[in-house]
Amino acid sequence: MDAIKTVGLTKNYKDLIAVNNLNLEVKQGELFSLLGINGAGKTTTIKMLSCLTTPTDGDAYLNNKSIIHAVSEVKKIIGVSPQETAVAPNLSVTENLELMCGIHGFSKEKKREKIAELTEQFDLSSIHKKKAGKLSGGWQRRLSIAMALISEPEILFLDEPTLGLDVIARSELWDTIRLLKGKITIILTTHYMEEAEALSDRIGIMKGGKLLVVGSAEELKKQAETDKFEDAFVKIVKEETR
Amino acid sequence: MRLLAFTTRTAKEILRDPLTVLFGLGFPIVLILLLSAIQANVPVSLFEIDSLTPGITVFGLSFMTLFSATLIAKDRETALMQRLYTTPLKATDFILGYVLPIIPIAVVQCIICYVVAILLGLEITATILYAVFMIIPSSLFFIALGLLFGSIFNVKQVGGICGALLTNLTAWLSGVWFDLELVGGVFKKIAYALPFVHAVELERAVLAGNYQNIFPHIWWVLGYTLGAVILATVFFLRQMKRK
Repeated sequence: MDAIKTVGLTKNYKDLIAVNNLNLEVKQGELFSLLGINGAGKTTTIKMLSCLTTPTDGDAYLNNKSIIHAVSEVKKIIGVSPQETAVAPNLSVTENLELMCGIHGFSKEKKREKIAELTEQFDLSSIHKKKAGKLSGGWQRRLSIAMALISEPEILFLDEPTLGLDVIARSELWDTIRLLKGKITIILTTHYMEEAEALSDRIGIMKGGKLLVVGSAEELKKQAETDKFEDAFVKIVKEETR
Repeated sequence: MRLLAFTTRTAKEILRDPLTVLFGLGFPIVLILLLSAIQANVPVSLFEIDSLTPGITVFGLSFMTLFSATLIAKDRETALMQRLYTTPLKATDFILGYVLPIIPIAVVQCIICYVVAILLGLEITATILYAVFMIIPSSLFFIALGLLFGSIFNVKQVGGICGALLTNLTAWLSGVWFDLELVGGVFKKIAYALPFVHAVELERAVLAGNYQNIFPHIWWVLGYTLGAVILATVFFLRQMKRK
């Protein structure tokens, strides 16, 4: 069954077509990466799928719920970790998690259980009393993803989750993402080719609002007749330009 | 439950900012002490403690505008708001979540002003309690202004508009620092067309126990409060939709 199905999904900003007639299917439990150069339409696609912006045309269905006609239902089944770190800076790590539990209407018992579970899963116990604004970039990202998972989402959107992180922090975050693979559907946008190749089941490459190709890293390398995924990406994007 | 979670967060964000304590609670106290010291040396009826304190409690509310506007503008500039917009929180949760927690902060500020005034010689009467209660409509006006400015301007602009312009407007046009009768003319007309002086006159009347004198000031305050709440709601919803 498809977790996500977009049908002619389009977003225009005045004269600019940010996303152009996107038709995409993502299976349940799949980790699907969206790649593209700046302005390709990745973030706009995620914003539409997470109900942050309304499509100009077309529709998308998240577990059969329309992002236009069933916004409240869609919001109940998604988790979003935005491009910039989205934490409340003056709240502690635990308080940030409590905030999300409260927003999702958890009982006291469930709140306690969920916070304990995520604190352990994301190894947050050593910093649980620290204010989120005082954490390093890596810890803030980790907390940000933990906050997105509070609601036990069926679909998780990770918009450039490792942007600006050092090598160690990135590697640790990859491990965290790998732990989630298969359990929930994940849509990941990234500029890092090695990240997409290492983590994704399938990859979609966008350019100028259009989806150019979809396939596994191996399939895309084969299609571009190269051994390196980065070369395949460059070739596919450049060929489209010609 | 959702609303409680968001209001708790708003209160914590504001109260954990040291500038809030410094300006919101400390500055009005300093003003009462300073102006009372002036009054002790050069007696001016305007600065008598029973006339000065209601004015300072209203002036102090301009900081509530600054707090709420800064928090909202800051939230709008961060991805936290983007995250919260993807949750089941509704527009009413956001609006009430920003407004409700600041009302008790305003009331506490008012109480502190009256405690300091009592220490400086203000007679303890039941009217002080009524004056504290009657600060609520005015505080709602200032908080709604914060919601409005925070929905329109960025953090830097909010600092200029609320931190400098509004506090000065509140000071000059409220009749706290100087008697508006002495200036007269257009200045006085402008002052009485705005809510600041009416909020002060309302508080003075309640504190003095002259309840018939709360009219027409209370209508001005309530009218402006209603207008500010409607405008703030419209502009907040507009920015929410744009986001």
